[in-house]
Amino acid sequence: MSTPTRLVASSTVPPPRPLAAGQPTPRRRTPRRNGRGAIVKNLVALAVAVVAVFPILYVISASLHPHGTLVGSNSLFSQVDLANYIRLFNSPTQPYGAWFVNSLYIGIVSSAGTVLLGALAAYAFSRMRFTGRRVGLVSILLVQMFPQLLGVVAIFLMLMTLGDVFPAIGLDTHAGLILIYLGGAMGVNTYLIYGFFNTVPASIDEAAKLDGASHARIFFTIILPLSAPILAVVALLSFIGTSSEFVIASVVLTDPPKQTLAVGLFQFVSQETSANWSVFAAGAVLAAVPVVALFFALQKYIVGGLTAGAVK
Amino acid sequence: MTTPLAAREGAPAERVPRVRSLRGLLLKMALLGMLDALVLYALLALAAHEQWWLAGVTAVSAVAVNGVYLSRRALPAKYLVPGTAFLVAFQLFVILYSGYIAFTNYGDGHVGTKDDAVAVLISKSLERLPESPAYDMVVVERDGDLAFLVTDPDGRVSLGAEELPLEPVTGAQIDDDGVAVGLEGYRTLSFPEMIADQRRIGTMSVPVSDNLEDGALRTQDGSLAYLYAATLDYDPTADTFTDLETGTVYADRGTGAFVADDGLEITPGWKITVGFDNFTRAFTEDSIRGPLLGVIGWTFVFAGVSVASTFFVGVLLALLLDDPSIRMRRTLRVLVILPYAFPPFLSALVWSGLLNPEFGFINQTLLGGAEVPWLTDPLLAKVSILAVNLWLGYPYMFLVATGALQSIPRDYVEAAEMDGAGPATTFLRIRLPLLMVTMAPLVISSFAFNFNNFNLIYMLTEGGPQDISTEMNVGATDILITLVYKVAFGEGSGRDYGLASAFSIIIFILISAIAAYSFRRTRALEDVHR
Repeated sequence: MSTPTRLVASSTVPPPRPLAAGQPTPRRRTPRRNGRGAIVKNLVALAVAVVAVFPILYVISASLHPHGTLVGSNSLFSQVDLANYIRLFNSPTQPYGAWFVNSLYIGIVSSAGTVLLGALAAYAFSRMRFTGRRVGLVSILLVQMFPQLLGVVAIFLMLMTLGDVFPAIGLDTHAGLILIYLGGAMGVNTYLIYGFFNTVPASIDEAAKLDGASHARIFFTIILPLSAPILAVVALLSFIGTSSEFVIASVVLTDPPKQTLAVGLFQFVSQETSANWSVFAAGAVLAAVPVVALFFALQKYIVGGLTAGAVK
Repeated sequence: MTTPLAAREGAPAERVPRVRSLRGLLLKMALLGMLDALVLYALLALAAHEQWWLAGVTAVSAVAVNGVYLSRRALPAKYLVPGTAFLVAFQLFVILYSGYIAFTNYGDGHVGTKDDAVAVLISKSLERLPESPAYDMVVVERDGDLAFLVTDPDGRVSLGAEELPLEPVTGAQIDDDGVAVGLEGYRTLSFPEMIADQRRIGTMSVPVSDNLEDGALRTQDGSLAYLYAATLDYDPTADTFTDLETGTVYADRGTGAFVADDGLEITPGWKITVGFDNFTRAFTEDSIRGPLLGVIGWTFVFAGVSVASTFFVGVLLALLLDDPSIRMRRTLRVLVILPYAFPPFLSALVWSGLLNPEFGFINQTLLGGAEVPWLTDPLLAKVSILAVNLWLGYPYMFLVATGALQSIPRDYVEAAEMDGAGPATTFLRIRLPLLMVTMAPLVISSFAFNFNNFNLIYMLTEGGPQDISTEMNVGATDILITLVYKVAFGEGSGRDYGLASAFSIIIFILISAIAAYSFRRTRALEDVHR
């Protein structure tokens, strides 16, 4: 991964078992007891939920507040107005629309590439036996311990040199950034897919092979469709990872219309601190909506993959 | 792509093809052909830039890749090559390259080769000669390159440009004042065009002869040029610069710059390898060592406390929401993992607003107008960062712990209860140890992740508040990776890629140590389990 994944930030996760491992096991429940203890517990749980949700409510409220400052945003939901969302797309110095499109584009291309590269490698590791297989698996885990952002200086200088020869992938290009991100494709992602492939019965491949299917056909028409859930999870993890990556993106992309949301919004906040707070809030809400929606849509798989990876 | 799990059972035999398809072969050939075309273009471009070394690597890799896909054997390689190629080019190479940069003085003032530096030094030291006559001139252009068409005080006309010393020309158009205003093959710039290109014209210096020391013509307004001469004299045989005014001699003493006897350097210098200098500097120079040790200490504290606090809260919450006496558990579960679904860099920015000392919600509304310096006091900023990271990080631990708790066989707990163990004992003796076995690897990777949690620190405080007791651009909440970023790309101090890479290497070493230690520990834990 180009950025340490916050969802599956593990390098020592054993190969995941089927997603079913994350589902609750049936068990008997002790009868409900109502007493002082239960009330306290309910209150604590409620308090945690309030703390968890509050900043998100706050940013939504701020985004709807017509008087753009940070102070003004403190009275929650006192006024509701969509003007900030319109202003967001009409600022020539902060091309939010371009940032949004750039982030989507970079995120989608990188995650598609990551899934493809990861799945190809995982297929080899899962279905073939060759010398160096164990070493390969272990080194994938090891490389993973060193996130790409550690080499940000080298990446910057490398793209600078590369850009002299191939301007299309030099500094300030999306293609260059995507290539860098793909350098992290072999890693936890490969490992997650590998674990899932192991759960697809090898007898299916055998049957197909007997029928004369080539290894490529088995991979593309049998294994990949059967592994759709884990591919979706890896795609989402890598999409979130790359579209919110800041360090490398901020160094590679310097021209405002080429920047991503993470880089653009950070500079927006650090330059205009509190004056245009509600415009920033609107931008933050819009940027978060697709990610949160995807997260909850795929939550079952994510949590399944997460715990399946962890629980032995 | 979103085939439901049900499709697993439904992989019907009739979908499996029976013949090797010609289409597949054609597709493979087309892809390989495209790759080879790309490689060919790359080789030509590399050759044009005389990057022989890179061209060699590209050619060899291209041959290898073609070999893998054209041969009938090497089946695993066909699947491993694409990912590995990217891994090698953009991960392994980057690590090695960082290592190399750490041993150079690469940075502001040390960018190019020594020859570049000499040329820059000479042209930079140009000063207008007081006795210089005024040369009439116009700026002319051909194919986007600018040149000076100069008429000297004696009426001779010559043409010159940045890298081309003045050469006499004939056949120029002369106006009524005897000044050349145009030349066949060149286009004379109009006044508005000169205004538009003012900057470029103002920095041009056109040598009057092949010998740089004869001086060069420069212009302020595009119509009159004056003779400028170097104040530094370069002696190629002795390899020294002499300041023509003071007589000071600057020599190359192997430090990547011309240095005078008293240690004064003239910039720019050039890039050289400096051995372990960056590392020795980091640990011996007082202005770096103090802040660096502080940053390393805080990095460990930050990562350690973050993991401990998120683990503690996550597990407690998992236990709490596992308790049947809690109402609305489903809703609560969704609500408490919301911080996890929200993109973390946005959360950090939102929190920076909430915690803003002057205008933020926490001070203004919750604390009724207090001015608690949440992000500007060195100690409080650290506390704030840990608190925000707790908010960001506990849902992950909660999710994993919930899964882990539910997978603990009920029998274990019931057996303990039969033996008379209370809830505390069953937790401490049965559930927690089992939980640790599954969670230990995740705890370690969470530590490794937080060790480099750049986004949180940078988005929340940018590493600040600034430490004013040192010249270095470092703040109270900087961790190692934000320090690397500031040293390499910071705006306040100059860029020092060499030192920044040395810091990166220090992170590599620390993480390797943590990894080696933790692998051993987790193995021990698993043995306990078995």
